[in-house]
This record gives sequence, structure tokens and C-alpha cells, in this order.
Amino acid sequence: MITRFLLSNMDKRGYAFLAIVAAIGLLVPLANLLMPAGSPFHVSTATMSLWGKYLCYALLAISLDLVWGYCGILSLGHGAFFALGGYAMGMYLMRQIGSRGVYGNPVLPDFMVFLNWQELPWYWYGFSSFPFVMLMVLLVPGLLAFVFGWFAFRSRVTGVYLSIITQALTYALLLAFFRNDMGFGGNNGLTDFKDIVGFNVQAQGTRAALFAMTCTMLIAGFLLARGIVTSKLGKVVIAIRDAESRTRFLGYRVDRFKLFVFTVSACMAGVAGALYVPQVGIINPSEFAPANSIETVIWVAVGGRGSLVGAALGAVVVNWAKTMFTSGFMAPYWLFALGALFVFVTLFMPKGILGTVQGWWEKRRKPEALPAAEPAPAE
Amino acid sequence: MRILPSLLRMLALAMTLAFAPAVALAQSGDDAFARLNADSFSDTARAIDILVQSAHPNAAVIIEALADGRLLAGGGAVAVKTKEGGFLDAKTGQALAAAPAGLNSVRLNNNVRRVIQGALGGLGLINPDPAKRVAAAEAVFRARDVSVLPVLEAAIAKESNDRARRALREAQAAILIVKTDAPPFDRIAAVDVLRERGDQDALATLRALPGDATPGLKEAQARAISEIEGKLALWRAGQNLWYGLSLGSVLLLAAIGLAITFGVMGVINMAHGEMVMLGAYTTFVVQELIRAHAPYLFDWSLAIALPAAFIVAGAVGIAIERGVIRFLYGRPLETLLATWGISLILQQAVRTAFGPTNREVGAPSFMSGAFELGGLAITWNRLWIIVFAALVFLALLAILKLTPMGLQMRAVTQNRRMASAMGIRTGRIDALTFGLGSGIAGLAGVALSQIDNVSPNLGQSYIIDSFMVVVFGGVGNLWGTLISAMSLGVANKLLEPYAGAVLGKIALLVFIILFIQKRPRGLFALKGRAVEA
Repeated sequence: MITRFLLSNMDKRGYAFLAIVAAIGLLVPLANLLMPAGSPFHVSTATMSLWGKYLCYALLAISLDLVWGYCGILSLGHGAFFALGGYAMGMYLMRQIGSRGVYGNPVLPDFMVFLNWQELPWYWYGFSSFPFVMLMVLLVPGLLAFVFGWFAFRSRVTGVYLSIITQALTYALLLAFFRNDMGFGGNNGLTDFKDIVGFNVQAQGTRAALFAMTCTMLIAGFLLARGIVTSKLGKVVIAIRDAESRTRFLGYRVDRFKLFVFTVSACMAGVAGALYVPQVGIINPSEFAPANSIETVIWVAVGGRGSLVGAALGAVVVNWAKTMFTSGFMAPYWLFALGALFVFVTLFMPKGILGTVQGWWEKRRKPEALPAAEPAPAE
Repeated sequence: MRILPSLLRMLALAMTLAFAPAVALAQSGDDAFARLNADSFSDTARAIDILVQSAHPNAAVIIEALADGRLLAGGGAVAVKTKEGGFLDAKTGQALAAAPAGLNSVRLNNNVRRVIQGALGGLGLINPDPAKRVAAAEAVFRARDVSVLPVLEAAIAKESNDRARRALREAQAAILIVKTDAPPFDRIAAVDVLRERGDQDALATLRALPGDATPGLKEAQARAISEIEGKLALWRAGQNLWYGLSLGSVLLLAAIGLAITFGVMGVINMAHGEMVMLGAYTTFVVQELIRAHAPYLFDWSLAIALPAAFIVAGAVGIAIERGVIRFLYGRPLETLLATWGISLILQQAVRTAFGPTNREVGAPSFMSGAFELGGLAITWNRLWIIVFAALVFLALLAILKLTPMGLQMRAVTQNRRMASAMGIRTGRIDALTFGLGSGIAGLAGVALSQIDNVSPNLGQSYIIDSFMVVVFGGVGNLWGTLISAMSLGVANKLLEPYAGAVLGKIALLVFIILFIQKRPRGLFALKGRAVEA
């Protein structure tokens, strides 16, 4: 039943995506662990962590595509949900340090000792338990999205206004997390992690397991999003994207559909953040920066808005290009390239890489037939 | 030159003698010199008092030297090392041929310094220049040195200048507050004088009232303190209001160009902040040119930078509109992304051209400094920025309401197709409107270069605030933008003392998020069907 829900309407592209991610998730950790360092098939731990980071971004991009590409909600604050999931995981990892911190306090993280705090704030309770943290990773971003969305969608804040207030949301969180007295490490954030569920975070085996876990969650997130957008509910969601008022007049409670999709998407972004933190080794307030959230939007736009595979592809391609650019002599020109990418994609490739390639493909295969009348996503 | 003030002081001291019979002459100056040799702080302090009260002819020179650590004592002799490096015998004032041997400089502690301050004040109280007398009285007011009181009273008796007289009376009152053996009636009168002065210093002086005061005095003190505190709180609120207006005018400047492009055209220009930045950098370039070629024009540099900044930012704005935005009309979210890309490119371009560090933009003379208005401290640059913001606002209003171009702009805003049918070239109007909005952002950049760091990130720090202002005020309404900017600025500054800068800002952001739920189109929404289109 669930399998049918998840796999129904799966097209060739979807199967190819699943196969590739599964293969990467299986082969890369094996190539890292089993192949000797000199072998051409060996993948270094650093490379693996880097690609693990890309795949976390891919999951974030899929979550954003779910709301933007399929529901027409341009969230400029999805980085906030990502960062909140990351902070939840970061708090768990801080508690796992125990007395191995610089100050050797068994309960308080180093930065609290440094600030002369006497006891753990109440909102840190429970974060030493992994199942609780797993719950929080979903619950905190989900709850924020639910409350925010409940207000926003009910009063029919749409389009640009919604984009601007989502940006205000992440900006407010950025300011809040920069404060030392919030109890989240202020400017420096949370770092210096030691263990995750009893294994050393730095160890090669743990890194490989985290990578495999990231691939698994990416597949799960993809299947869930796919399941939602191909279901009957998904049809209504797409209808909302294309003609919100008409859908409302047909008797659908638009705000509830939007709220559902927005909340699910925030939870997915939270999971992506939680997987990101142990692989990168730090979480700090700059993850809340509005610029990050806008960059996420461009990944989706580059890959192909309204296509889950495209979103994931866009995230990986843009971030890979960023690494290439910023690690060499081209570093000062990365912002030029990124800015040009924004302009180029919006002007010339409104359907992204995937949509454009697909367009060519279809034209070549059926030159006599008119291009498929696929309605462009409206605002 | 240095000797002149000392001479005047000596003269003043001589006059003190003549007009102040109350000054005790019992102790001879010799006692003072013995005490200076004793190497004890309390003896040094006492020696100063004696010197002042006995009106020793060298008192001013000696005390000044003591304050600078140039007074040497040892083996019964006291010598002054002059600023030029020579030596004088302190007692006689005769120059010494050689540096005296075996003398060490007389040591100071905070108590002695306080006594010195009071004594020097006491010596300056009879200076012929009223401004100097006021300054001396202020010094006595702060030092509250009881030994100066006789000199002070003599000075009050012959003072003719009102301002100096008040300052002297306040100094006298400050001393009476701490002088426990003064008549209680005088001390209550002193509390009254301080209450009238009513500033932070008066408050501190009143709080210094010793614990042995009579109940009547204590009651007067408590009343005066609460009255002064109330008055000061009012001034503080006024000062915060002023800061708020100042912040509001900055927000208005940053947002008003956006109100044109976003409000009138419906274009989300994320590169708006970069137009502000371009304006600031234009100011920098103009100032550099003036410094290099025509330094005498420096006071006019901002006036020259204004049209330059308007043209630079406006031209870039028109280029953006013609090159990118016009292909994206009707797709606001795509516009948002494309202009964000443009903002990244502009930032990086400026970073490449001018470097990533802050650039120094100078202030012309009429914009530096500050003045006091009652209890308010007002800096000239803030005042000018408020004036400038008001002028820009009025000019923009006039352009929109009074010129043919403004008429066409409004027509295009209200009904593009109808306007086009009436023969208005909508494409041209779009470009001009966008250029106008960007040019005004450039003007804002000139003003902001005076109060903010001129760096490639300058625009980034204003863009979110500007959007908040426009959204809160209501799109397409300049008056709404004005009211919104001012109320957000004032609210921010009034919240700051209670919540802190960051929490205050967060509170405002949350408030705006909630406000948008209630009124999705801002404070002053356009009414009618046009807005739904």
C-alpha cells in the first residue's frame, strides 16, 4: 500500500535518480573504507564529506521545490528550518562532549562555562538523548513552519509579501542566534564535536555511515515529496500554484493544503540540517543569513523548478561549481559567476537545466509534434 | 605664552586677598613648605589649602607644578621644575642656577588630585574672562573642596556676569552640601540651587549629602532628587525620540527609492541596497578628486556628490531595467532572483575596484560637531540628514504630483493598458521610473556615507529594513512610507533602552510579520480593483 503510494506514477527519471543515489550511497562509503589509499577507486574521507554536504543541500533543495515548484510559495526563509534542524543536532553533539571540553564541565558546554552560567537552561534538557533529538529535528522546524504558515496562509498573505516576511523571519532568527544570552553559543555557534551515538564523529567509519545515512534520507525525502505531488492532494496543490483563487472557489481549503505542504517541507529541511552538521563539524548563526536562503532558491531554479530531480541536481551542480571556483585562482570571481547565474537562469532558462534538456530531447524525438503544452508555473 | 595665565592667577590671588578678609592668614607659607617635605598625602593636601588661603605669591605656579608632577621636595627645600626644564625656588620664585640635588617629585594620589583641582578652580575664580570663571566654577563644583569656600564667596560678592554668577552659586551650593558644619538653612537653600540646575552632575552632588543631615535637609534632598530624576527621564525620552527620528530619516532615505520601484512599478529590486552603496562610493570618489585637485572645494564636496550620485545610480538603474527587468514584468518572483544576482555582481565589482575594506569619507565642516538644546545633544550630521530626507521626500512628492512625467507614471501604475492606449510610451516611463527610484537611492548613499561605513556590504545592511518599511507603510503610497519609516525608527529607539538593540529589532520584525497577517497590504493600502491585478 505504502509502496504503491510511493512508487506510483514513478517515471524513468525518478527511477534513474533513485538508482544513482542508492549506488552512490552504497559504493562511495565502500570505496572509502575498503579500497587502499593508493587505488584509483579510493575516495578520500574529505571528498566523501564534501559530497555528503552537497547531498544535504540536495535534500534542502527538494524541500524548497516542494513548496515553490509545486505550491507556488517562494520561501526566502528555508535556510531557517535547515539551520534549526542543524542546531538541534548540534545541541545533541554538544551534550555528547561531556567532560571532554576545554573546561571539563560534565554538564555545561564550554561556551556556557565561559559565560559563567551555573546550570543548563531548560530548553537544553533532553538533548542528550538521541531519539529525543530525532524528534526535535522534525518538531522544531515543523512547529515554527506550522505556526508561521497558519498565520500567513489563513490571512492570505501571498506572493512577494510572503517572500519578504519569510525573509524577515530568518533575519530575526539570525539576530537572535547571534546573541550570547540566547544560550546557543552566540557568534561562534556550536562546534568541537566529539561523539555521535557513541562513535567518534571524526572517524572514517562514522563519516561513511553518515554519508550512507544522507543518501538514505535523500531517497526517503524524494519518495515522500514524490508521493505527495503525485497524489490527489498533490493535484490540488499544483492547482493552487496555477490558479489559487479558482481552487478556492472550487471549494478547497487552500490555506490547509498550503500549510500541510509548508510544514512537511520545513521538516525535510530540518532533517537536511541535522545531517549537515555532523559532517561539516560546525553550526553557527550565519546559516540563518537571508543570503543563504536565497541561494537555495537559485539551486532549485538552476536545476529546474517543479521537478524534484531537477532541484536535487541543481543543488549538487551549483555547489560543486562553487567548490571548484572558490578553491582556485578564480575565487574572487565566484560572486560574479553566481550573480550571472541568477540573471541567466531567470532570463533564459526558466525551466532550469532539466526542463531545457527535456525540451531539446522532445523536439529531436518528435520534430513534427508541437512541444508538450506544459503550463509554465505561475506565481 | 605659558607664563601669562600663571601671572593672571597670581594677580587674581592678590585681589582675593584684598576682597576676602575672611581668609585666614594665621598660618604662614613656611608651614606649607614644611608639609610638602613630609612626603605624606594628607600633608600635601593640607599644604595646598594653606597656600591658597595664605595667598602665597607663588601658589599658582606651585600648585600647577604639583599637578604636573614637576614639584620637587626634599631636605626642607622645595623647587619647581619649569616646563622649559629650568628650576625655580618655590618659596621665592628665584631661578636656580643648577638642578637641586637630592629632591624627589612630590607624589600624588586621587585625594590630592581632587584638592588640586579645587584649588586651581579657586585660583581661576577671579579671572577677568567670564568664560574662564565659569569653567573654574565648574571645576570647583565637581571637586567640592570645602577650603575653596571663602574664595568662592568673595568671588560671588563681586560677580557681575549673570552666567558666571549662577555657576559660582552652584559651586557654592555643591560645597555647602558636603560641608556638615554650615548653617542648615544655607544648606537647604543649596539643595534648591542644585534642583534648579537639574542635570546629572547636580544629581550626583545631591547624592553626596553626608548621612548626618537634619531631617528637613534630607527631605529637601529627596524631593530635589526625585524632581531632577523626573526631568532627566523626560529629557532622555526626548533624546531617544530624536535618535528615533534620526533613524527614521535614514530608513526613509533608504526606502523611498524602493517605494517608487516596488510601490509604483511592482518590481522587487533586491539590488536597491547596491544603488545606495554606489551613491556612497560616488561620494568617496568625488571627495578623492577634490582632495587631489581642488582642496578648497572640500566643504562643497557633498553638494557636488549629490548630482553625481544621482546620475551614477540612476544610469545603472536604467541599464538594469532595460537589460534585465523589462523581460520579467509580471513575474515578480523571477525579478527578485534576477535582481539579487545583479546585487551580487555589483557588490563584487565594487569589491574588486575599491577593495573589501571600509573607505574613508570625510565630513565637511558644517556637518561635524554637535550642539546642546536643553538636555538634548544634537549632532549636526544627524540634523542635516533629517533635513535632507525631508527635502528628498518633498521633491519626490512634487515630481509625482506636479510634473507631466509624474502624471504619466501614476497613469501607468493605475492601468498600464489604458495608459498605453492613451499614447503614453509605457516602456520609457518604466525605465525613467526605475532610474528615478535608483537615483534617489544614490542620493541616500551620499547621506549614509556620513554616518555609516562605506564598504561593499553597505547596501546589504539596509535592504531588509527598506523592504520592511515599504511593506509596513503600504505599497504605492509615499505618505505611508514616510509614516512607516518614522514610526519604525522611533519605535526601534524607544524599545532599545528596555530590550537592547538586538531584541528591540527582533521585536519589530516579529511585529511586522504579525501586522502583515492583519493588513496584508500595509498601513495605507490602495483601494479598489487595481491592486488585485
